[in-house]
Amino acid sequence: MAPASAFEYAPAPESRSVVDIAPSYGLFIDGEFVEAADGKVFKTVSPSTEEVLSEIAQAGSEDVDRAVKAARRAFEKWSALPGSERAKYLFRIARIIQERSRELAVLETLDNGKPIKETRDADLPLVAAHFFYYAGWADKLEHAGFGASPKPLGVAGQVIPWNFPLLMLAWKIAPALATGNTVVLKPAETTPLSALFFADVCRQAGLPRGVVNILPGYGDTGAALVAHPDVNKVAFTGSTAVGKEIARTVAGTRKKITLELGGKGANIVFDDAPIDQAVEGIVNGIFFNQGQVCCAGSRLLVQESIQDELLDSLKRRLSTLRLGDPLDKNTDIGAINSAEQLSRITSLVEKGAAEGAEPWSPECELPSSGYWFAPTLFTNVTQAHTIARDEIFGPVLSVLTFRTPDEAVAKANNTQYGLSAGIWTEKGSRILAVANKLRAGVVWSNTFNKFDPTSPFGGYKESGFGREGGRHGLEAYLDV
Amino acid sequence: MPTTASAAHPLTDVTASDSSLRRFLHGLPGVDAVGLEARAASLGTRSIKTTAKAFAIDLAISMVDLTTLEGADTPGKVRALGAKAVRPDPTDRTAPATAAVCVYPDMVAVAKEAVAGSGVKVASVATAFPAGRAALDVKLADVRDAVAAGADEVDMVIDRGAFLAGKYLKVYDEIVAVREACGTAARLKVIFETGELSTYDNIRRASWLGMLAGADFIKTSTGKVAVNATPANTLLMLEAVRDYRAQTGVQVGVKPAGGIRTTKDAIKFLVLVNETVGEDWLDNHWFRFGASSLLNDLLMQRQKLATGRYSGPDYVTVD
Amino acid sequence: MSDRLSVLKTYKLYVGGKFPRSESGRVYEVTDSKGKWLANAPQSSRKDARDAVVAARKAFGGWAGATAYNRGQVLYRVAEMLEGRRAQFVHEVADAEGLSKSKAAEQVAATIDRWVWYAGWTDKIAQVVGGGNPVAGPYFNLSSPEPTGVVAVLAPQESSFLGLVSVLAPVIATGNTAVVIASERSPLPALSLGEVLATSDVPGGVVNVLSGRTAEIATPLASHQDVNAIDLAGADEVLAKELEIAAADNLKRVLRPQPVDDWAATPGIDRLTAFLETKTVWHPTGSLGASGSAY
Repeated sequence: MAPASAFEYAPAPESRSVVDIAPSYGLFIDGEFVEAADGKVFKTVSPSTEEVLSEIAQAGSEDVDRAVKAARRAFEKWSALPGSERAKYLFRIARIIQERSRELAVLETLDNGKPIKETRDADLPLVAAHFFYYAGWADKLEHAGFGASPKPLGVAGQVIPWNFPLLMLAWKIAPALATGNTVVLKPAETTPLSALFFADVCRQAGLPRGVVNILPGYGDTGAALVAHPDVNKVAFTGSTAVGKEIARTVAGTRKKITLELGGKGANIVFDDAPIDQAVEGIVNGIFFNQGQVCCAGSRLLVQESIQDELLDSLKRRLSTLRLGDPLDKNTDIGAINSAEQLSRITSLVEKGAAEGAEPWSPECELPSSGYWFAPTLFTNVTQAHTIARDEIFGPVLSVLTFRTPDEAVAKANNTQYGLSAGIWTEKGSRILAVANKLRAGVVWSNTFNKFDPTSPFGGYKESGFGREGGRHGLEAYLDV
Repeated sequence: MPTTASAAHPLTDVTASDSSLRRFLHGLPGVDAVGLEARAASLGTRSIKTTAKAFAIDLAISMVDLTTLEGADTPGKVRALGAKAVRPDPTDRTAPATAAVCVYPDMVAVAKEAVAGSGVKVASVATAFPAGRAALDVKLADVRDAVAAGADEVDMVIDRGAFLAGKYLKVYDEIVAVREACGTAARLKVIFETGELSTYDNIRRASWLGMLAGADFIKTSTGKVAVNATPANTLLMLEAVRDYRAQTGVQVGVKPAGGIRTTKDAIKFLVLVNETVGEDWLDNHWFRFGASSLLNDLLMQRQKLATGRYSGPDYVTVD
Repeated sequence: MSDRLSVLKTYKLYVGGKFPRSESGRVYEVTDSKGKWLANAPQSSRKDARDAVVAARKAFGGWAGATAYNRGQVLYRVAEMLEGRRAQFVHEVADAEGLSKSKAAEQVAATIDRWVWYAGWTDKIAQVVGGGNPVAGPYFNLSSPEPTGVVAVLAPQESSFLGLVSVLAPVIATGNTAVVIASERSPLPALSLGEVLATSDVPGGVVNVLSGRTAEIATPLASHQDVNAIDLAGADEVLAKELEIAAADNLKRVLRPQPVDDWAATPGIDRLTAFLETKTVWHPTGSLGASGSAY
């Protein structure tokens, strides 16, 4: 999609042969791959080609019960292990992930559709780092500020989304195991493979059976897991609507709950911003992972005085984005994860245009098979537009303007969400003043979409509650 | 014909006084160092293979200012360099010539003769290279010598001391004077010695200052200090020429120099050019590499692509 | 016995720094533990709850934005005021909870000490639960706690004063504002506390006190879209579940009721952290010079 140039990059595909995907996978329960009790299966496809990658056992409520029981059995010994022993298992897992990172990156790209550049340079390094970080906590919990002898909760039921399949698994499993809990995890139905490969990592690490159980399935599997009476802890990352449903399900129980949900992050660019870096930050904020990121900077709030200049730069930059084969090392924009997600994006974009906002996309040829959406920005957007309020979860940026810092803050906070925000200005005091006023769990100033295992992540308001990452992330899995 | 800044462009006023120039330069958008370096590093991960690589290697060879700037330079050394510039790979006539040879002023005549009739240009450093610490008339005499000896291009150094002391108009006036001394015969490359300017904000300001004063090229470094061309400072200068053309219509070239030794490095710089300013600059009239050892690595990689075998230093010429 | 006829107090709500009657015009009879009439308390309606939320929201920016030192001083001032009104509270608590004067005096003393304890926390909690994060990159990264917003507090039903303050003080110490539903059966100490707050330096709206039927008032608060969190201390199991379900509509932070054997025991920081958000701010650190990244 980059304009024809004398310097055309030849295809540079990462080799698919580094990963060996079996024709079918079972559920991973009590250390074994097993079929679903009712024999149900579903297919997982590569979103960039619609090729079927594998057939996966689909967990039903009987399987959920079996997995929770296995996790309960494993809990007694696992929680009684000295923290230093649990730590070593997690260090092993971290190292094995590092060793197998190329394989896992290709796998993730195949199953998710995101560019290999991202799985290779962002997802996998962060996954390994997350296990490495929490491994070190396992034998230091009494020093973490949660009392002299904090206890694990028991069995954690974890439901993760499809946008960062293995990374979200790491965010859930690493702190759970470090604190002595056992896990039943449900990966998303469109991206079950990396979680199943993780089961193999657990095998290689010698992790005791039942400590980690993986149950691929759809929403009903997740609902059964969350509702299971013997689950002590529920952790969910996904949509706000499902998050609310889960909060209702666990109401009146003793289950501890953390939710990491949707967002409509504002990326605020002041007239004294470092403009070239701001453009990069905007691009990274909304086109990283095709915008399928809960903390995406999906609303650009630009100071009116530099709107034209910034939009020119942004459009020029967008026209250099390379959309196509996710396995090509030069691809910037990969496929949308599923037909369902693509239709959601498409309908919201149609709504944006129907409501009077002006869409713009660079010249862009979309592959003929698979699920694709061209990078899009909307100008003439107001706070009242649907595309300025609803989470699109796609490569679609809404551009709004503001005149004063007060107005920028008011607009940024005018949403039911509160996950992320960005601030671009060279004036230090303004950064601190604005950051202080933003109601968002993560504020990136003069940068965007940065993640680190030591850095707590999570939302205000309807973006959920609880924090993942850092010392803060331990709390969700301890009896405090 | 060299393209020079016309006096009528919209930024004429900013050089009217020291204070207006300072206000202008300090009003340029700031540079976030981490973001700039991250962008440069990210472009550095582009994977350039097969046909793209072959194209890039030949393009890079054609952009080399093959350089020798040693106290020990002799006519013999310069003649060898000239021959190499004209025909980099004696075993393969399809290998393009380099853009220029770059020498000290006293070697210009020798170099000129060595490349005569080939289309390879002769560039000469001047203005008390590399320190730039001399009186203006001495610097100008240096320039006139080079031009008189036939230099097609003059690579001047700015007065970094004056720049760091905030005497922007002094730096500007000096560049204008050198530009005049070059006349219509020589294109002017202005070297900032980015490693001494120290901050990216300074590099952006220097870039605009140089372009306002009529530079045909802006160039990172002399190759004589610890930090020379980097992907980040070159990216920043590419952004500057891009923005300058957008504002004035005048196109200015960019020359990273020093420290670029491998084909891999050179290709990464070409990716920076391609994705920052685009194909208008993918030509040796607008982009150069100031380098010496780079050329042999490009040639070895070129042989590898052609034959499928890895080459070795004995299969390229040592000059 | 004196033969002087005493002057009875008309108890009112405390909302937005003012003392309104219930919008509904209703009152209900409050008796002591033996059934003797003590006073009529306002029986708040859902509209009173709504007004209280509006007041609490209005007060939030200023209170959350005040310096932690200032909040500490204001809360300490409340303790000073309480100290001066000890006799009144001992009397009210004794009546409300059927305690001897000396037991009630212990409760009141413990309550005042609890205010002092929380007053001291305002400028310390951020250091305990926040801090720098050593991220693997050239970034400054700092996590700080911030108040969640407007918190609905169902005060404990049994411990009319010590329990009340034990749940209210931590909510406002960190910069939240509160809508408190007093103990249904024993609301008088809570309503009197409103008078103390009004005469100390707590800005109007930071604490709003409602009396009445807990379930009736709590239900609209739990579903209110502009309430950010709810403390269910005063709810029974059935009500707590209902309210938690309603609270999910805007994902309120919910603190479930927990058995408390002894409100006088030293609290931990759980009630402080229950209504705190963590904000993490990143900024590039950069380098001192343009040394650049080498490939």
